[in-house]
Amino acid sequence: MGMVRDYSLLGPDAEAAQTNGLASATWYASPVPRKRMKELMRRDDGPAIRDTIVWFAAMIASGGAGAWLWGSWWAVLPFFVYGVLYGSSSDSRWHECGHGTAFKTRWMNDAVYQIACFMVLREPTPWRWSHTRHHTDTIVVGRDPEIGVPRPPSFFNLFVSLFALRSGPKEFRKIFLHAVGRLDAAERTYIPEMELSKVYRVARIWLAIYAAVIALSVATHSLLPLMLVGLPTFYGAWLYLVFGVTQHAGLAEDTLDHRMIARSVTMNPMFRFLYWNMNYHVEHHMFPMVPYHQLPALHAEIAHDLPKPCRGLWGAYREIIPALWRQRRDPTHYLQQLLPPTARPSVQTVAIAAE
Amino acid sequence: MQVGSWVAACSTDDVEPEDVFRFDHLDRTYAIYRTEAGDWYATDGLCTHQKVHLAGGLVMGTIIECPKHNGRFDLRTGEAKGAPVLVNLRTYPVRVESGAVYIDLA
Repeated sequence: MGMVRDYSLLGPDAEAAQTNGLASATWYASPVPRKRMKELMRRDDGPAIRDTIVWFAAMIASGGAGAWLWGSWWAVLPFFVYGVLYGSSSDSRWHECGHGTAFKTRWMNDAVYQIACFMVLREPTPWRWSHTRHHTDTIVVGRDPEIGVPRPPSFFNLFVSLFALRSGPKEFRKIFLHAVGRLDAAERTYIPEMELSKVYRVARIWLAIYAAVIALSVATHSLLPLMLVGLPTFYGAWLYLVFGVTQHAGLAEDTLDHRMIARSVTMNPMFRFLYWNMNYHVEHHMFPMVPYHQLPALHAEIAHDLPKPCRGLWGAYREIIPALWRQRRDPTHYLQQLLPPTARPSVQTVAIAAE
Repeated sequence: MQVGSWVAACSTDDVEPEDVFRFDHLDRTYAIYRTEAGDWYATDGLCTHQKVHLAGGLVMGTIIECPKHNGRFDLRTGEAKGAPVLVNLRTYPVRVESGAVYIDLA
């Protein structure tokens, strides 16, 4: 087995990333005229209001149907839908509203962000800072706290993550820690001191909500309250994992070019609604100012400079699974993204040529 | 051109309404803003969070949003509007004369 790296934020790879100039570095960006970029970055409340109304309406309908049919096997179907909307779609809402780009109006971003954070079980302040670091040092080992599939990958871990059984307990441990006014050592590397009171306050509020739902379940001798609030984070998580693994898995690490470390995937309109266009992942990382509803237009603008997107989830997993399988034995293996002849050379290629 | 501490940063034609322009002077970089209403402002050119050029960002009313992490500042006062930006930007007085935009670096 090749060299196994340390993905923690406090280990030798964190130090190496600093030494090698990979931390807070300048990244490649495809050229887009300023005038066009301003059009793409322009904010609009309309698409996100429409999508949020549809999202909540679908949750109310499916959750209501699940509650109505509770006690019969027919409840499985509406809870399947409700779980995906609650436990998986909240991931993309957390993401877009965290960037502050989904809505034009700030309070709308903040409100949906807080709700989505609770649903996907990511504390608002720690995860805002974690994601900030993810964008600063994307897939830089020892710097990025959001590397979803470290090498060598574990298929067992991926399987249990379909039900948030790895992230869930970890997050609850942190919520308890924060509720008593403490932070773990890795979090201290990216959460500023002046944000800590917010971290502790929200952790306490969340614990109070969970305690209330559990108490209601106990009092009514029914699992139904927990099926509506709390458990969907677990039984509905599978689709966000299926979507999320496509973002970076199997690709290069420590390369200052989003085209090499991220993957875009074409998806049908239903998936793009559930995922809020995060399938255009290279484009999002290169230009995080562009709102989700403009990512297809951004893709069209810079497609000549990007690797061809994978064709659907099937196309993505056809390359991901064999790559991860090989990484089990050879953690140095990765998929080299191929750029079209119209693209500018990758930063990686330039670096190799210069050596 | 420099008169006292006032430095010519750009021409008024260099900056579209509701946009930002990068001005490098000596070893510093500045951001010059023109609002939709035609008011002019200037701040330090780098985000106080990760030293990214704000000139690549988006002006929305009187807010400048950093292109890297979406941190927002009030471009009139330099006030950081919340995570991930927590430190205010320094601002500079601006004067427009005969189609030229000057900033006071005193």
